[in-house]
Parts: sequence; structure tokens; C-alpha cells
Amino acid sequence: MSRVAIIDYGSGNLRSAAKAFERQAAMLDQPPEIIVTADPDIVRGANRIVLPGVGAFADCRAGLDKVAGMVDVLAERVLNYGVPFLGICVGMQLLATEGREKTVTSGLGWIPGSVVPLAPVDPGLKIPHMGWNTLQIRQSHPLLAGVPDGENGLHAYFVHSYHLQTDSPETLIATTNYGGTVTAAVGRDNIFGTQFHPEKSQALGLTLISNFLVWTP
Amino acid sequence: MTLKTRLIPCLDVKDGRVVKGVQFVDLIDAGDPVEAAIAYDTAGADELCFLDITASHEGRDTIFDVVARTAEHCFMPVTVGGGVRTIEDIRKLLLSGADKVAINSAAVNDPDFIARAADKFGNQCIVVSVDAKQRLSQAPGGDNRSEWEIFTHGGRNATGLDAVEFAANMVKRGAGELLVTSMDRDGTKSGFDLKLVRAITDSVSVPVVASGGVGTLDHLVEGVRDGHASAVLAASIFHFGTFTIPQAKQHLHDNGIAVRMDRAAP
Repeated sequence: MSRVAIIDYGSGNLRSAAKAFERQAAMLDQPPEIIVTADPDIVRGANRIVLPGVGAFADCRAGLDKVAGMVDVLAERVLNYGVPFLGICVGMQLLATEGREKTVTSGLGWIPGSVVPLAPVDPGLKIPHMGWNTLQIRQSHPLLAGVPDGENGLHAYFVHSYHLQTDSPETLIATTNYGGTVTAAVGRDNIFGTQFHPEKSQALGLTLISNFLVWTP
Repeated sequence: MTLKTRLIPCLDVKDGRVVKGVQFVDLIDAGDPVEAAIAYDTAGADELCFLDITASHEGRDTIFDVVARTAEHCFMPVTVGGGVRTIEDIRKLLLSGADKVAINSAAVNDPDFIARAADKFGNQCIVVSVDAKQRLSQAPGGDNRSEWEIFTHGGRNATGLDAVEFAANMVKRGAGELLVTSMDRDGTKSGFDLKLVRAITDSVSVPVVASGGVGTLDHLVEGVRDGHASAVLAASIFHFGTFTIPQAKQHLHDNGIAVRMDRAAP
């Protein structure tokens, strides 16, 4: 049976994420097993890997480093073996070269860029960017198949005060707008990340999760 | 692309059951908060709020089960308030599947609790409930005081704290959102205390949810247009079937307020 590992490194609630993946997995002919795990060996054996994350960049990085061997296994499986990878929220931001939240912290460096504060031009806009917003898809991507974008498109649920500014437009897959352009999704090869929460984004999120479960990059 | 105004139905839960029952749609068990949550999710609610008003200590664990069962079926954000007093309370609610917790008395009693909670779990999941009442007379303390005072225990206990100052203080300590409830208007169906909502919304940098007093769909519009709220919360107009979530959204939309009107999840 194929396995999807959702990495548990002490960053918030993974129950909703696990339930959303289980719901979409059950629709497949051969449903994969969804495992929430802090065990690098289970991650090594997984066919797909999900890295969630909420809170501050530095705390998430420290939490990930605290799980002995996890970062090495991630690099080995995702970079060397091309295992499909999905980062969510801070789990997506960790793909950057560095995070500049409070202090400068190294990221995984898989998507060159920096995590910087949102700076809406309209000072009346509230921070965090919290709630439902539509996407502008910059490059078509299998994970966004069936997701209508633009003003009349589906909505994604965002909660964040920072976002990943990619060094290259080639890794910027989708954006949204909140007093300026805000990164919504990044990716390259077998790596994908969303600033929004698919597990909280109803139709849009569940479609994306279904796409991820059958993605063959 | 615009961030949409959120519409949030709120369910009062006591000992794991919806208080007074929910009288909309064909629920098999009108007292089951999870059934009500699923119905709201299907109807297009943007977020859900559970307010736990369980009095007894023994009954308090029931909310964890409610949240956990809701998280199995609803893929939208869930906020839980009521009786959140310790870091452990927050941890258990988040692990059950809550996305945010709303804190009231504990924030009043110990403002640093908000700083500790935000440090531990992130600002994004710490909501402070600002329960305010209009002062009967201008209390001593100078001209800087606003017209409203903070109350706890469902509006029973006065604290002497100025509501606008308290709100700013909570944001400074790490609250990621404020749930502003007028205890004068709560349950009256006479509309939000718009002056209160606006005084707080315009003085803080984080999103504000307006609450307390919604009786008509125009009240929802006023909360956004005149109160400047990022989200509007209502309870009875939805529970008793006076209006549906789609009707409320259509009304907001018709009044020029951007709302999410996505189709339901496949």
C-alpha cells in the first residue's frame, strides 16, 4: 500500500490535515495510507511527503531540526529520489533560503528566496492576512488542475503575516493580492508549497489535495 | 482579488450539546453541535465558532470531543471560546482540531497569559474576546477613556478596564484577532454597537470580528460598512432559521461587500 507521511514536528494541529487527506484518499481506487509521523524512517518509506507548519519561521525550523535525522531524510527523499512533496503554510515557507521573521533563520533552500513581512500599500489593511482570497495562477500546474482562479475563482484560506518571495519567477506558481502581490504557491519539479491551508480551504483545498495524491511529477 | 469579509455562525455549547437547539434544515439531532457544524459548512459559512458555556468542571472535556468530531467533517477554520484559562487548555483544543481559541477572563486576569500563549502557539491562533459594555457615567480616569468598559463572565463582572485600551494592549501582547462583543446588544437583535466596533477596529492592526446583537441582514452590512469589521458573527438568526448563510452572503454582496460564494466541496 502506498503511504503519505504528514510530518509531525510539534507544529500545531495535524488532525484537520490528516482528516482532509484521508477524505480525499478514500475516493481513490487504491487509497493510500495517511500517516502522521515524527519518525524519519517512516518518512523514508513514504511515497508522498507533506510538511505542515504554523507559528513562527524560526520556531518551526528549530522544531524540525529537533527531530533527529528528519531534515536529512527529507533532503534525501525529496531531492535525490524525487518523492512528491507538499509544504503547507510555514511548511512551505521553510522551503526558502532564509526566513526574516524576528531573526534571520536558514530555510531548507529548495526554493531560492526569502520569507519577508507582508507590506500592504494600504496601511488600513489588517495583518495577519486572515481569511478567504482567490488565486492568480501564474503557471499552470497539475496540483492546481480544476481550480478556477481570478476574481470569480474558488477561494483559499490564508492566515499569515509573512510570505515567500521567490528569487526567480520560475518557481512562483500562484499569487493572491492583499494590498500588493502575495505569494500563494511555489514549486519546482516534485516540490510544491502553498501559503494557504488546503485542509481548511473547502472545495479548492480538497481539489488540490486530490491532485497531490495522484501527482506524478 | 480581494480578501473577503467572513461570515461566522456561532454555536453556544453546554455539556457537549447546542444550547436551545438549532432549528434550521433537517437535522436528525438538533442538539448535536457537530451536525449543526456540518450544515453550516455545507451552507458556505466561512468559519465556525463554538462558545463553550459548560459550567461544571467535569463537563468541560465534552468540548474536545465536539471539536475533534467537527474536524473530521468540516474543512474550514474553527474557533473555540469559553473557559480557556491555561496553556494546557489551548494545547488540548488545538490538538482536538481547533484553529483558533478565544480567550476572555484569563486575558483580563493576566494579560501576560496572551503573550505566553502567542509565543507558544503563534499569534494566528490567539483570539481575545473583548466583551464590553457602555459605561453608565464617565468614570474617573481622565479624558482618554472610551465609553466602554470590559466585562467578564458573560457580562456579569465589571473590571474597570477601558475597552479600547484593553484591545490595544491585547494586540501588543500578541493577539492575532479580536472578537468584539457588545454585552449591551447581545441577544437584543437590535444590531451591533457600531461605535464600539469601529472605535476598536480603527485603533488596532489585527482583524476584528464584530459580535452581539444581530437581528437582521442589514445589521451584518452595518458591521462591515460602518463598524469596519473584517468578519461578522451571528448566532440566533441562523440557528432559528430566520435567515440562511447564502441569504446573508447574498445580502452582503448586494450591498457591495465582497464575500466568498464558492460551490460546496466535491
